[in-house]
Amino acid sequence: MSLQVDLNRVGAKGALAEEADGKWGMVIDQDICTGCQACVAACAMENNLPFVMEEDAGYGRSLHWIRIERFWEGEYPEVKATSFQPMLCQQCGSAPCEPVCPVFASVHSEAQQLNLQVYNRCIGTRYCANNCPYQVRQFNWRDYALLPFHANEAEGGELVFPLHNQFNPDVTVRRRGVMEKCTFCIQRIHSAGDKAKSEGRPVEDGEFTTACAQACPTNAITFGLLDDHESLVSQLAQRQTGYKHLGELNTQPRITYLQGEKGA
Amino acid sequence: MAVTSKYFGSEKAHEEHHEEEHDPREQLMFDPLPRGVMNDMVMESMYATSWKFWVVLGILAFLVATCFFYAWGYMIAEGLHVAGVMRPSYWGVFLVNTVFWIGISHAGTFISAILRVFKAEFRRPFTRAAELMTTFGLIQAGASIFMHLGRVWLAYWMFPIPNERQLWPNFHSPLMWDLLAITTYVLGSTMYLFLPLIPDLAMARDRSTGWRKTFYRILALGFRGTEGEWRHLTTAMNIFAFAIIPVMFSVHTIVSWDFAMAMRPGWSSTVFGPYFVLGALHSGMGAVAIVLFIMRYTMKHMDYFIRKEHFDALGKLMMIVSFAYAYFFFNDYIVQWYGGDAATDNLLHWLEAGPMAWMFFQMVGFNIVLPFLTLWNKRVRTTPWLLALIGLLINVGMYWERYIIVPVMLTINRMPFTWRLYEPRIEVFLTIGTFSMFLLFYMIASRLIPLIPVWEVQEGQMTHSLRKVGKTHVPTISEFE
Repeated sequence: MSLQVDLNRVGAKGALAEEADGKWGMVIDQDICTGCQACVAACAMENNLPFVMEEDAGYGRSLHWIRIERFWEGEYPEVKATSFQPMLCQQCGSAPCEPVCPVFASVHSEAQQLNLQVYNRCIGTRYCANNCPYQVRQFNWRDYALLPFHANEAEGGELVFPLHNQFNPDVTVRRRGVMEKCTFCIQRIHSAGDKAKSEGRPVEDGEFTTACAQACPTNAITFGLLDDHESLVSQLAQRQTGYKHLGELNTQPRITYLQGEKGA
Repeated sequence: MAVTSKYFGSEKAHEEHHEEEHDPREQLMFDPLPRGVMNDMVMESMYATSWKFWVVLGILAFLVATCFFYAWGYMIAEGLHVAGVMRPSYWGVFLVNTVFWIGISHAGTFISAILRVFKAEFRRPFTRAAELMTTFGLIQAGASIFMHLGRVWLAYWMFPIPNERQLWPNFHSPLMWDLLAITTYVLGSTMYLFLPLIPDLAMARDRSTGWRKTFYRILALGFRGTEGEWRHLTTAMNIFAFAIIPVMFSVHTIVSWDFAMAMRPGWSSTVFGPYFVLGALHSGMGAVAIVLFIMRYTMKHMDYFIRKEHFDALGKLMMIVSFAYAYFFFNDYIVQWYGGDAATDNLLHWLEAGPMAWMFFQMVGFNIVLPFLTLWNKRVRTTPWLLALIGLLINVGMYWERYIIVPVMLTINRMPFTWRLYEPRIEVFLTIGTFSMFLLFYMIASRLIPLIPVWEVQEGQMTHSLRKVGKTHVPTISEFE
């Protein structure tokens, strides 16, 4: 048998091929995003994201895999709001967070071409979060998911465990000291893949979607198969108004943002 | 030599200059004492403790128990939320302390190994004091790294231990390089501390009784001072002195790569390697000045061993290091500014005009302006308290430098939505804890092992002599082989 080397899979050419395709992708249309935060809430429920309470959230420790960034231009009162910018893990094809982890907790999934975090392996050096140019990696500063809190503290409210009745059984509950981030709802990817496999066919585009895309009332978020060139997400990603966030860093993000002014 | 120099100035200037000429016998090398007397002086300095020593030792022990062990235990039990680290400053004072202590540990090896290799005579009485700083500083650096881990009880996963799942650490990660480099440095510098200690331990063994005798007998490894033993010892010391120098340079370069390899404005700078090495030497020299000052004024007989000439030589070294440091400092900032990256411009503007600007300008003042303005003056260099004060201020400046590089530079990134100012919380106590532990170890060591390498001083004194030529004495040095 002769050894065949697929030049599209090795070296720089392989990286280029991955940049062109990628498996799963997302398009976020900033022109129609209303900043309603429905995606944030849906993501928290789907992925067992705990409440971090007022004090920690105010100190920059809020745990959200997706956040709505809000900016404005000019000085008060001549303030002009710019479009909202939902920010989540860009599932980079060449991710800066991966090579810096000393214990391989931040890894690249070759099957799904996603950027994954192995919670069990993480020892909490937080180097990946420092090296992420999008600042989308979240750290568990304490056992938020397991700690009860006073429901209405001013009136001596009772202790509640905010998450215990609505855990998603398909998703791990992370303990303190580990890093976590958006997985593109990998549990949904896997269940769709299992179903397709049992029926003996490949996963089709539009068969399922992520929690944030599902919850978005204006359909600003579109999720799907990027390597299927007929898919909606591939078509949208080719639009003239599309751009990659911090594209100059060549991280090869899988998320394309659509914005009227920037693309034109 | 001073005697052979010609004066081209006026006769008056000549006379003034002549008045400042020092008697060579003011130098330790030309002021020998009988060996027995000198050994007894060093032994006595180890035994002599006043009530003040025990009070300070007690305070430090209390601080170590509360601010180091209790505070760290509390943080392990409660989680990292008791510290001030958050997004975007995922690294905080723990990493500042790590870099700072590794910096302190550098001067020890620099003074000891490089000056030994170059046969700089003024090093002789304080090589040991500097080497101890290396070992104890590295202990604090290691502790600070472990403090900062989210799950410190799993830290051994970073070690390449064979396991049934074939899980290995990631050798691409700069943190892995760091771990290997620091481990090498700890082992190498500890052995390098121990080798020149052996003859002094043997000396102490022959002059002590009781538990101390047992202690020294075990540590001295049966050293008797025969010619063969000396030959082996000098060979081993030579090997270690040459081998530890590249290790020393590599360690701090690799520490700097933790930052330089990252994709962050302010961090991804190619000059970080030599810049960090020079910064380490800068703070380490300052720390040596402080230690020598404290030794000279608190320990018995130390005013014989540590003299103004040593502070003078150290002051010159500090000045040269600060020149070199200034070059790399401006190189780092000017090249980054010239690069014109928008995120870096934001960062630099924020550094010089933001809420942490006081720290930035104190850093420039203490690290560059202060040594430039003071250390050229011989009177400043030969005043021990003044030199120790300058050393202290340089260390403050160097601590600010690391503070600016870690949490302050992390504040400004490419996502303006996440910008937030870091405030240390339990880190303050843990910093006090590491400093107290360093001082505590040093105080205990000062009463357990001879802080002066007696044999090295005696060896130096044997090679130096004053020859009488006409009416003057000419200092001469012969090679000791």
